[in-house]
Amino acid sequence: MKLVLETKNINKHFHKPKDFHVLKNISFGVKEGEFASVMGKSGCGKSTLLYILSTMDTDYTGELYLNDELITGKPHQELSRLRNKHIGFVFQFHYLLSEFSVLENVMLPAKKLAEKSHTEIEHDGMEKLKMLHIDHLAKQRASRISGGEKQRVAIARALINNPTILMGDEPTGNLDSHNSENVFGIFKRLKEEEGLSLLVVTHDEDFAKRTDRIVQMEDGRILG
Amino acid sequence: MNWKVILNIAKTHLLTKMKSTVTAALGVTFGIGAYITLVSFMTGLNEMLDDLVLNQTPHIHIYNEIEPSKNQPVSLYTKFEDALNVVHSVKPKQSQKKIHNALPIISYLRKDPNVRGATPETNAQIFYLSGSIELGGNLSGVDIMEMVRLSNIQDNIVEGTPEALKNNDNGILLGAGLAEKMSLSVGERVQVSTITGSVFPLKIVGIYQSGIAEIDNIQSYTNLETVQRILGEAENYVTDINVKLFDITQAESMSNRLEQQFDIKATDINEANAQFETGSNIRNLITYAVSITLLIVAGFGIYNILNMLIYEKMKDIAILKATGFSGRDVQLIFMSQAMIIGAVGGFLGLFMGFILSKLIDQAPFNTEALPTITTYPVNFNIGYYIIGIVFALISTFIAGYLPSNKAKRIDPVRIIRGT
Repeated sequence: MKLVLETKNINKHFHKPKDFHVLKNISFGVKEGEFASVMGKSGCGKSTLLYILSTMDTDYTGELYLNDELITGKPHQELSRLRNKHIGFVFQFHYLLSEFSVLENVMLPAKKLAEKSHTEIEHDGMEKLKMLHIDHLAKQRASRISGGEKQRVAIARALINNPTILMGDEPTGNLDSHNSENVFGIFKRLKEEEGLSLLVVTHDEDFAKRTDRIVQMEDGRILG
Repeated sequence: MNWKVILNIAKTHLLTKMKSTVTAALGVTFGIGAYITLVSFMTGLNEMLDDLVLNQTPHIHIYNEIEPSKNQPVSLYTKFEDALNVVHSVKPKQSQKKIHNALPIISYLRKDPNVRGATPETNAQIFYLSGSIELGGNLSGVDIMEMVRLSNIQDNIVEGTPEALKNNDNGILLGAGLAEKMSLSVGERVQVSTITGSVFPLKIVGIYQSGIAEIDNIQSYTNLETVQRILGEAENYVTDINVKLFDITQAESMSNRLEQQFDIKATDINEANAQFETGSNIRNLITYAVSITLLIVAGFGIYNILNMLIYEKMKDIAILKATGFSGRDVQLIFMSQAMIIGAVGGFLGLFMGFILSKLIDQAPFNTEALPTITTYPVNFNIGYYIIGIVFALISTFIAGYLPSNKAKRIDPVRIIRGT
């Protein structure tokens, strides 16, 4: 099976307040169509790893491959484009642009990519919202909807450019069990119906157990 | 670069933060508006003061200077060549006041392509007689219609017309100060006496008021022929030639050339008004200093507000970066906000400046010294409007660049982590 995301010997240090070796020789991969979860105690470096994988953090040593292409060392401009096109990201806190409408929030990454016309993007955006059953909120201001709805909007936004991989940093961490279940259902469906690869950092053991693979981390290392 | 998306985000930011947008734009508006008003008003005043003096001065003034000979006879005597010669009590050279060959010089000057006009003038020292009182003064014989064409003398004729003088062989445009002292008005007669004692009655056809009391108390105008007749001189008796040029910058070189060519004294306008020029330069300097201060203050306003805006939008910046916007895109978003504020505020400022200038232009301003001016002078020079808008854009560019550069560098991971 092809690896969509692969790391080789990634090491990272925090320099402030004092030198701290967060990630130690991380080497692992995510296969195409795989739903993987990363678990571990607070401070074990799992979020840090995710930020490196998402190309937002470039301060590390080692090699990162996306679709078998070496990402490490590329200029910021190029990384932004890759992130825009290939990586969908869902945060623990929904992080929508509160001044924009739900639909505009979803459309923004596609507009940035500028591969489609405005009407096509709008159509795509509505499709994603429909898929997540929140199309009735399209014209609402992002600040006016509930937490569970916001997280679904964030997922729709992460999916708008049909990314290679969807990453989540505790996407259910801030949601009640009903909404967590909902989000998990969406992820599962994306994997099964769309063949999307997913990598989710989580604390929630029930959530992790139902994924294809659990990557356990402890003290900056991957166990097992 | 995807300008549509960037401008759309910038627009949304500006519209949802209407209050700070308006505050920032108003900062620019007031800065630019005050600059336009101030600079228009101050340069208007400067120009008026300049005109007051400069328009009465010809660009080149040709006359015969009474001065001692540079070469005393003893220096021509070869036997004393090596000796130290000292001449006591040097007297001015005996020469006539009139310009030698004045009429040919005038017709020569009139053929010069850079000369707008050259007018003859004969000045005579006279006394104005009022009963037993004699008031000393100066009577200038001029070609009045040429003067009207070449200078702003018409503005200074507060009663009567230049045509009336031209049509009256014995007419006089009496200085306003003199008219007041002697209780004379248009239509009455005034007697003038020359230094030699002959008395002539002249009819007052108008009142001349320059606005400078010293001049108005002694100066009167009449026709060239009238003065020549009073003095008992011939038609070629001309004591001064006033030259107006098309290109005033040529004045100095041309006056030097004329001095050499015709062996006469010629002063150009800058020489005659050197101290005046200093005053007007300093006034301009003050104008610029004040305007630049205003514009810089406006610039700081924009800087502050954008800085605040960027701190408020930290989270948004992180989201934009996480979803694939580059640092440069983020910088452009904030830069375009600054430029929109600058452009909108700047144009409103131009408009405000124009309205205020118009108001000042309408405000009544009456002063004894300036008979022809009824409202405050304002200079509506398009150049100041261009400077205003360009400065607004440049200062907002700089004021926006610094905070937006910070936004460009913000590390999304640090914000998302909340550290």
